Amino acid sequence: MSKDLKFYAKVHSVESFGTVDGPGIRFVLFLQGCHLNCKYCHNRDTWDINTGEYKSLEEIIAKIKKYKNYIMPSGGGVTVTGGEPLLQVKFLIELFKRLKKEGISTCIDTSGMVNITKDIKEVLKYTDLVLLDIKHIDPQKCKDLVGVSNEKELEFARYLSDNNIKMWIRQVLVPGYTDSEEDLLKLKDFIKTLKTVDKVQILPYHSMGKYKWKKLNVNYELENVRDATQDDVDKAKKILEI
Amino acid sequence: MDFKEWEGFEKGEWKRQINVRDFIQKNYTPYEGDSSFLKGTTEKTKNLWNKVLELYEKEKQSNGGVLDIDTKTISTIASHEAGYIDKNLEEIVGLQTDAPLKRAIMPFGGIRIVEKSCEAYGKKVDPEVSKIFHTIRKTHNDGVFSVYTPDIRAARSSHLITGLPDGYGRGRIIGDYRRIALYGVDVLIQEKQEELEILNVDDLTEEVIREREEIFEQIKALEQLKVMAEKYGFDISIPASNAKQAVQWLYFGYLGAIKDQNGAAMSLGRTSTFLDIYIERDIKNGVLTEEQAQEIIDHFVMKLRLVRFLRTPEYNELFSGDPVWVTESIGGMSVDGRTLVTKNSFRILHTLENLGPAPEPNLTVLWSTRLPDGFKRYTAQLSIKTSSIQYENDDVMRATLGDDYGIACCVSPMKIGKQMQFFGARANLAKTLLYAINGGRDELTGKQVTPKFEPIKSEYLSYDEVMEKFDQMMDYVAKIYIKALNAIHYMHDKYSYEAIEMALHDKDIIRTMACGIAGLSVVTDSLSAIKYTKVRVIRDETGLAVEYEIDGDFPKFGNDDDRVDKIAVEVVRKFLNKLKKHQTYRNSKQTLSILTITSNVVYGKATGNTPDGRKAGEPFGPGANPLHGRDTNGALAVMNSIAKLPFEDSEDGISYTFSITPETLGQDEQTKINNLVSMLDGFFAQTGHHINVNVFNRSLLQDAMDHPEKYPQLTIRVSGYAVNFTKLTREQQLDVINRTIHEKM
Repeated sequence: MSKDLKFYAKVHSVESFGTVDGPGIRFVLFLQGCHLNCKYCHNRDTWDINTGEYKSLEEIIAKIKKYKNYIMPSGGGVTVTGGEPLLQVKFLIELFKRLKKEGISTCIDTSGMVNITKDIKEVLKYTDLVLLDIKHIDPQKCKDLVGVSNEKELEFARYLSDNNIKMWIRQVLVPGYTDSEEDLLKLKDFIKTLKTVDKVQILPYHSMGKYKWKKLNVNYELENVRDATQDDVDKAKKILEI
Repeated sequence: MDFKEWEGFEKGEWKRQINVRDFIQKNYTPYEGDSSFLKGTTEKTKNLWNKVLELYEKEKQSNGGVLDIDTKTISTIASHEAGYIDKNLEEIVGLQTDAPLKRAIMPFGGIRIVEKSCEAYGKKVDPEVSKIFHTIRKTHNDGVFSVYTPDIRAARSSHLITGLPDGYGRGRIIGDYRRIALYGVDVLIQEKQEELEILNVDDLTEEVIREREEIFEQIKALEQLKVMAEKYGFDISIPASNAKQAVQWLYFGYLGAIKDQNGAAMSLGRTSTFLDIYIERDIKNGVLTEEQAQEIIDHFVMKLRLVRFLRTPEYNELFSGDPVWVTESIGGMSVDGRTLVTKNSFRILHTLENLGPAPEPNLTVLWSTRLPDGFKRYTAQLSIKTSSIQYENDDVMRATLGDDYGIACCVSPMKIGKQMQFFGARANLAKTLLYAINGGRDELTGKQVTPKFEPIKSEYLSYDEVMEKFDQMMDYVAKIYIKALNAIHYMHDKYSYEAIEMALHDKDIIRTMACGIAGLSVVTDSLSAIKYTKVRVIRDETGLAVEYEIDGDFPKFGNDDDRVDKIAVEVVRKFLNKLKKHQTYRNSKQTLSILTITSNVVYGKATGNTPDGRKAGEPFGPGANPLHGRDTNGALAVMNSIAKLPFEDSEDGISYTFSITPETLGQDEQTKINNLVSMLDGFFAQTGHHINVNVFNRSLLQDAMDHPEKYPQLTIRVSGYAVNFTKLTREQQLDVINRTIHEKM
């Protein structure tokens, strides 16, 4: 059955008590489907666009409204993540319009690896915050790690900056992949060129998502990579001066 | 009435008659600030606490964790000589026996249990005491078993009704210990004598005779309390004259109660704001500093941490360690809109920092969305640090109970000095459902426990048929349950009357028959599975349904899904209505709690496979919690599901235990506090009743299992109370670890 993708979304799951994806208490909507192939992905089960369940806009709005009592006093809101939520941009436009009407703050957690189409521009009008996950500051290393080069996401970051949209820059710290001093310094320089960066976050890589790969019977390439430690994070923070 | 000890207090109704609430309302100072005024420990406190820690260590090393037992002295209010930890260091004095952590025998509840307990710890009850209680003096336990009917015995031994206080003290009565500090004992005796005069009537009916005898006993108990205090060198016949005395007087009242009764839960009430009035007066008069005020409270709390009862190892297994439920209710709002938070609300919580975390006293914050921000944040900060606090909804309870109620045990609210309850443990509704399917045969033993009902014979369960039969079986269980409770409480009043606690009550009080439900989420999910999927019954050769096969997925309790949450609401209401059909002892009002304490583990052990896919022997969810791992939409979805259970139908409390890892709560300290405060505001705005907050990592608990010596004070909230994690049985430790800990990867 074909669905009107303005009013239906492919949903992976929801989390009613999100506290790390944006400020305050957040209702987190995990959308199904991703076009990247990040080797360290801890939600490997969200990649395949053909799985997941269609949920209607009304259903999702009704669900979110049940948590207003928690969200509002905390200064929280709704965060859409995935997968890559911008793959379902038409739905996001409708969702965010409605949330803004309800007075609920909106946030997208994205790689920014998309073309800045009319729809993307439209949804960003209703977006209070973007969590931009810079996959890798070096184009070639980025391609090795996630399957595509980083031009689009850097472009995306500049668009946010130029259009005065608040963002948090995130860098997953994968030992041996994203933690060299040289790359982190480059990242710092890039961030400096952006005007609307509210926060820079280092997310330490962990292998807790590995079992999901195994469950799907796919090879986990980072088998021998260790988890990032607090020490690694502190070092990176020092380099980034955050 | 007037006393020079009352100088500086605002006058009011409280001077004309016993009315502690009026005294509080006229005299207390609400505090809207933050915790920055608090002081650390004094030298004296440090030294005394170190001595207590040494005693704890000795106790731990002793046989079964029992340091010593006085096997000869039958414990009564004034039975023992004064005892001290170190007389020179103690600001507040008084122990249950003549030495700290030495346990007393209280055989009026039952001699066998006392003998069994002593034997378990390598002691023997004095032969003379044994003889008296076996041959001369009847006990509560004897009384109950001399009247129990065969159907009660059958329901009891098959664990259909379970945890009944027929072999141990019922507890859950809160004396208004504040009255002793405010009025002194003589005024209270005078009041009781006037009550006797009211009962000097033309017709001495059974009821009047009983009441006259009880009041007579109450007066005797009050006289005994004075004797006890004298042994410590205090005259409590007159009111307390300063803060230190107020704490001491109040504590003597409580001490009298715990020397007289080995009750399941011996709660303190709502004392901190009352005591703040005395502290404020002394500080204003320049005779007390903040350091000294904190010192008094620290020493008071140390005493509360030393309360011990003699109980059997089986009892401890059921309840995880030996909890006393010295529940202190803190904060809340006045009906006139002022907050009841005072500086002393902070001080008593601050003992968790000064003395480190501990399960007792059972610190209970009465939460209102209108509580001052500084207080909200302080409690959240302490929860994150110590996992030692529980929260209950003041906005919901104030509506029916006013602003001077307290919590008994875990979640049972009652108006202080004006209300008591007949504690009724709980009915196993999961088992009731299985009995409905099997026509009253036990699913584990095959025994016919209830009269023969028509069992379900079809291969697949039909929702309508199951509901009809479940309804009938609930009728039966409700009937037996009330019968048992009537017998128990009649005999408790007769043979083990709580004279000192009741002496600190008004003459005419509200009594509730506090029934309970265990296994709510199991029943709910089972009914949901039957309704929304196909459940096939597997029977053994005798036709007994022993296993269930579920084809498909079904909505599960704890995900904020009305399709299933409505079933839970309906089951609770139905069962309460069935209880209401029966005549209760002393016309007590039937109420319900959804609380299992930690016995969700043993109830689960005694219950077979259930139609929701839970395997035989697996634990139930504690209290109103969803079954382990069934909640997949995050913590707030669970809270919303639980908040749907109406307090009107479970006035004795709805318990939710919530555990989360520190990282999941937020990235930095301030964010964590903000999020926890907002979460509590949200949950209570949704009319949730109770929540235990635990903030810890699974790895920490695992390490504590392997290296208990590293975590002597690791405290966690398990149900309506807290326990020392390292004192749990291995089975209970695993249950806590496997229980849903909300964590984000």
